[in-house]
This record gives sequence, structure tokens and C-alpha cells, in this order.
Amino acid sequence: MVHAVLFAILSAIAVVAAISTVLRRHPLASALSLIVAMIALAGLYALLTAPIVAILQILVYAGAILALIVFVIMLLNVRAEDLEYEKNAVPRTLFALVVAALPFGAMTWAIWQVAPAPLPAVATGFGSLYDLGLKLFGVWSMPFELVSLLLTVAMVGAVALAKRRLDG
Amino acid sequence: MIPAAAYLMVSAALFFIGAAGFVARRNLFTVLMCIELMLNAVNLAFVTFSRQWGHYGGQVIVLLVIAVAAAEAAVALALVVLLFRNKETLDVDVFGQMRE
Repeated sequence: MVHAVLFAILSAIAVVAAISTVLRRHPLASALSLIVAMIALAGLYALLTAPIVAILQILVYAGAILALIVFVIMLLNVRAEDLEYEKNAVPRTLFALVVAALPFGAMTWAIWQVAPAPLPAVATGFGSLYDLGLKLFGVWSMPFELVSLLLTVAMVGAVALAKRRLDG
Repeated sequence: MIPAAAYLMVSAALFFIGAAGFVARRNLFTVLMCIELMLNAVNLAFVTFSRQWGHYGGQVIVLLVIAVAAAEAAVALALVVLLFRNKETLDVDVFGQMRE
């Protein structure tokens, strides 16, 4: 019962914050809405007995990535009066609604076809750091190392791009 | 208990909200954040299936996706800074051509 109430609250927060992310005019307002959505999603992960993923979602996503985005928005000093009027907003929105609604309807149908059953009980301790770490550094060690390589490359690339002279 | 389908519905809703925003919005930052939103929606589906089958694969993939999203955000924001310095605008329509 508590589980169902928490699920309803968290998913409502996530969806409303996501809609607010898309609709707000100023990117800073969007970024703050997105942080709210990320934290609600972390709560949903915790409900799904994935506490480590929930913690990392808050630390890395809400903490680091969104902080980086907010930092760059402030660095560029985007003011509300500098934002251009978005041309053709109405036809674009209608197009986007059609583009999103059709596959969403199809997916809703498919989801209820495939997985209407309640979630089964899992063993106690499912999602613990110990087990997740064994998997991460065991069978998944190759993708893990590749991701660390990717992060290094991205870091070097980001510095090289941001330092580049405009007309050089 | 909540069915897995309920979590998947939230995931699908978030994904298509992000997709609609990606198509409809013209602000460079908002478009970027819509991509992040779609990544997160997929993560929720992964964690749901991880719980459904009692398998750690989904959770590990979510950790990898978070790392990839961090890399993507770093490079994308460096590009945004570069583009903004070049054109003094955040309108994605202005960046239509790749050359120059």
C-alpha cells in the first residue's frame, strides 16, 4: 500500500517535472525542473530495490551533469530578454504531439500485452553494493573499462573544443 | 504490488515527452535536456526489467549509461559554448549548416 502511494507520488512528480522541462521558456527553469525529475526517478529506482543506482542517479545525474548544465547556462549569461522568439511554435508543437502520441499509444498497448503481472518478490539483499560490484567488475568488466576510456576521450575532447580560438 | 507495466508506462511517458520536446523546442539547452530526459526514461525501463527478472544486467547497464551521459554532456556543453561564442545565439535553426 505504502509502495503504491509512493509510486503514484514519485511518478506524478517525474512526469510533471518532465513536462515542465519541455515547456519552460528559459533554459535555467528547464534545468531545475529536470533536476526535480531526476530526483523523483531516483526514488522510483529505490522502490525497484536498486539503491545503488538511486544514489548514483542523485550524485552523478542530479549532482554533476545537471550542475554542469546549469553552470554553462550561467556562464553564457542567458537572460530572458535575449531568448529569441521560437518561430512556428504552434505547428511545431502539433507536429511533436502527433510524432510522440502515436508511438506512445502503440507502446502503451504493447506494454500491457507483455507485462501486466505484478513484480515478483526478489531475494533479500537484491541490489546490494556487494552483488552489483561483483557483476560490474566480473562479467561486465570489459564494458566498464571501455566506458572509462570513453570518459577520458570525452574529457580531452571537451577541453580541446572549449579552448579552441574562434577564428584560428 | 505495482505491476511492471506501471513503471514501463512512466518510462514511456517520460521518453515521449522528451522526444516531443526535442522536436518542438528550438533552444539549444532545452534540446540537450530533452536528450537527457530520454536517456533517463530508458534507464527506468532497464531498472524495471532488472527487478522483474531478478537480474543485475539492467542495473549495470544503467550505471554505464550514466557514465556515457556524463561524457555526452561534457562534449555537448563544450560545443554549445563554442557555437554560442561563434553566433551569439542559442537557436538551433541558426546552426543549420555544419561548414564555416
